[in-house]
Amino acid sequence: MIRAENLTKYYGKTRGVEDISFSVDDGEIFGLIGPDGAGKTSLFRMLTTLLKPDKGKATVGELDVVKDYKKIRKKIGYMPGRFSLYQDLSVEENLAFYARIFNTTIQENYHLVKDIYQQIEPFRKRLAGNLSGGMKQKLALSCALIHSPEYLFLDEPTTGVDAVSRQEFWDMLENLQQKGITIMVSTPYMDEASLCDRVALIQKGSIFNINRPEGIISDFGRDLYALRSRDMFELNKDLKNYKNTHSAFRFGESIHFTAENISGEPESLRNYLIEKGHEDLKLEKTEAGIEDCFMDQMTAK
Amino acid sequence: MKRFWSFVIKEFYHIFRDRKTLLILFGLPVTLILIFGYVIRSEIKDANIAIYDPSKDEITKDISNKLLASDYFNLVENVQNIQEIDDIFKKGVVREIIVFESDFARKLEQNGEASIQLIADASDANTANLVVNYTRAIIFDYMNELNRNNPNPLQILAEPRMVYNEEMKGAYMFVPGTMALILMLVSALMTSISIVREKEMGTMEVLLVSPLKPAQIILGKVTPYVTLSLINAVTIILLGYFVFGVPIHGSVFLLLAECMLFILLALSLGLLISTLTSSQRAAMFISLFSLMLPTILLSGFIFPVENMPEILQWLSVIVPPKYFIIIIKDIMLKGVGMSFVWKETLVLIGMTTIFILLSIRKFKIRLD
Amino acid sequence: MRNYTENIIEAENLVKKFGDFTANDRLNFQVKKGEIFGFLGANGAGKTTAIKILCGLWLPTSGNIKVAGFDVYKQREKIKRNIGYMSQKFSLYEDLTVKENFRFYGGIYRMRSGDIREKTGFFLKKLDLEKSGDTVLSSIPLGWKQKLAFSIAIMHDPKIVFLDEPTGGVDPVTRRQFWDMIYETAHNGITVFVTTHYMDEAEYCDRVSIMVDGKIEALDTPGNLKEKFRVESMNEVFIKLARKK
Repeated sequence: MIRAENLTKYYGKTRGVEDISFSVDDGEIFGLIGPDGAGKTSLFRMLTTLLKPDKGKATVGELDVVKDYKKIRKKIGYMPGRFSLYQDLSVEENLAFYARIFNTTIQENYHLVKDIYQQIEPFRKRLAGNLSGGMKQKLALSCALIHSPEYLFLDEPTTGVDAVSRQEFWDMLENLQQKGITIMVSTPYMDEASLCDRVALIQKGSIFNINRPEGIISDFGRDLYALRSRDMFELNKDLKNYKNTHSAFRFGESIHFTAENISGEPESLRNYLIEKGHEDLKLEKTEAGIEDCFMDQMTAK
Repeated sequence: MKRFWSFVIKEFYHIFRDRKTLLILFGLPVTLILIFGYVIRSEIKDANIAIYDPSKDEITKDISNKLLASDYFNLVENVQNIQEIDDIFKKGVVREIIVFESDFARKLEQNGEASIQLIADASDANTANLVVNYTRAIIFDYMNELNRNNPNPLQILAEPRMVYNEEMKGAYMFVPGTMALILMLVSALMTSISIVREKEMGTMEVLLVSPLKPAQIILGKVTPYVTLSLINAVTIILLGYFVFGVPIHGSVFLLLAECMLFILLALSLGLLISTLTSSQRAAMFISLFSLMLPTILLSGFIFPVENMPEILQWLSVIVPPKYFIIIIKDIMLKGVGMSFVWKETLVLIGMTTIFILLSIRKFKIRLD
Repeated sequence: MRNYTENIIEAENLVKKFGDFTANDRLNFQVKKGEIFGFLGANGAGKTTAIKILCGLWLPTSGNIKVAGFDVYKQREKIKRNIGYMSQKFSLYEDLTVKENFRFYGGIYRMRSGDIREKTGFFLKKLDLEKSGDTVLSSIPLGWKQKLAFSIAIMHDPKIVFLDEPTGGVDPVTRRQFWDMIYETAHNGITVFVTTHYMDEAEYCDRVSIMVDGKIEALDTPGNLKEKFRVESMNEVFIKLARKK
């Protein structure tokens, strides 16, 4: 169980996080979703005993992050935002080093990292600095796992990593979850939210929604429409200038639109756009995603 | 223990994989010693000497001839009266006066030992030292020859005495000075940079989150640099001795022990700097300005402390290399023991303790 | 719709080798004026190498390549004068103010001070940052910084602007605003050459190329690619291609 109660951290006058409370059940994958600067790293550092909160309290496995920091440090694996690898050590040397400082060996816990480490083992003599982003990420995860932690804290493990490696990474996390490891992970990629059991949406130092991904989506209170036309550039402009527009954001190949009044007015919108000369216009109701919800909350403030 | 060693090994990997730094680490001491050594004259030829020989027996004549037969010395005058010595030096021609005991041969035969005083004009400390050392070497050679088939070896004591500059200020400062500089560089600068680099790379976060204790992190970081520093210290001493004839009159053990003490001091300074900074660049600048510059300018290495303005003299009191240089010079050149350098040693021990305590207190178990 | 026909990039059999390793293996593509060209690929697929060649920073091993009408072997200085560049990692000076950053980059491209002032005013007004002109960059939020960096990259009216993961870590609303800026830029006839790890952004491009292991494995409009691979999103196209190896 990871629990945070009213955690607050300021850096001088700059707000890191303010009044954050949540709890993560054992065996859960808990996602912290938000852009850079939202306070994700501050929160991780407090939970991993690296920062003292100004206010509030946090426990990891019933241990207090301030008082019992030594005990916590034995139980957790932590992968900081910048993959913390020694660039001038080889893949194998990095892993062996991290095993040693936790008083264990690669052999002893090989079963834990096997699935992940096997993918980079062919390059075990290569210096970590010469690995690609995806491989670095796998090595960093192996290093965080090698001492068999009960809790895994992964701060933006998928940032800057390509879509394929990202998907593989999430597959690995699911495997780890099945081994009983509790995982707290942060990401700026909204689409990864659906891979978590529960997520917290964080922005500017505070959490504005905690729920299961489906829950967050069903909380989205407006009718959402996906629109397409031949000239997306003009469509975007015209939607922004429409009198009843609450939001209009590009989403992949279409534009997601919500109207000021909660249930939208597709017919008058369609007429407006046809009047504007749009051809091949498509307008259909669609399901909101986490990103729609996030932006809705952001713009609501 | 295994944990500790794996840390140390990792640290050595860092050092040995960084070829450029490695080159500086080992190239710099050699280069510096060679530069300083050659800038300061290191050989003597036809040094003017005078001899006072009241005994005028076989042995004293033999020794005199042997000295003069070498290319090193040139006899200017035979001193008749011991009172003249001062006047002779004042003329500034003679570098060294060799004073035999009276009844030299007889004392040697009866007591098994006799003594020669080597009085040198130490206003030019380096030359004085060289001249005295060359003389001693020749006398020593002669004694060995004399003792070759002798079951009761005879002792000829050659006692150097410096006039005008008994403290030997300015003599061979390049060896202790370079040593102070290099040890500061390797121990303080390198240690602080290597610790700060972990902060910059983000690896420190993971080390802190691991069950490693702060002391283990510190010791693991520091141990390789202790080794490197010791190797450097020994290299400098050996180079000085074999290439430039800088003598080691005192105990080698004491010399190394003092080096070790200074290395610890420099390391603790490096640690302190690393706890105060968070970027390699800052660590570098702080090390350069707060350690290297004082070592070069205020320690007496290049400019004698006595000649500095009073403010700087006061400032030099807190510059650790100043004490180290005094100690090393005294041990190497004067051959004194602990009873002469205990004060300076105590100062260094005190400083080391303060710095270590400070840096352990300052070492953060967290990031803020 | 933008209907230009002039080619801004023409790459014919672009090859770049490092020793035995082939980073770019016979790349062939053209990018038109005013086009938004998505340059996708897994980490280590060779995107960065290709961008460096197109920007005139590295010489290719072989191939005929022209950027903005200039030859990458002989006219690298001219290329540099006609392109803009922005990446998530390298953008602006944190310890200079917003205006100082504009002035500095304008100066690099030898713009006249009058023009620099005019452009600075124009972009600050557009970004609604008029009050922040004298603010030091480090105290400006990340999203605005990225928009500023982009503005500065196109301040000298380049023929093409290279954006290397311009939206990494930026919040979703700002990301949209950023893309609105990209659209407008392309609309004004500046070619946009962009890399990203957000696959939804790939959908915003006019055409995308997907690199796998140094080769371009696919190059078409997002719509055609999805049709060809019979999938719903660019994300699936990407994963199908990159996994094929």
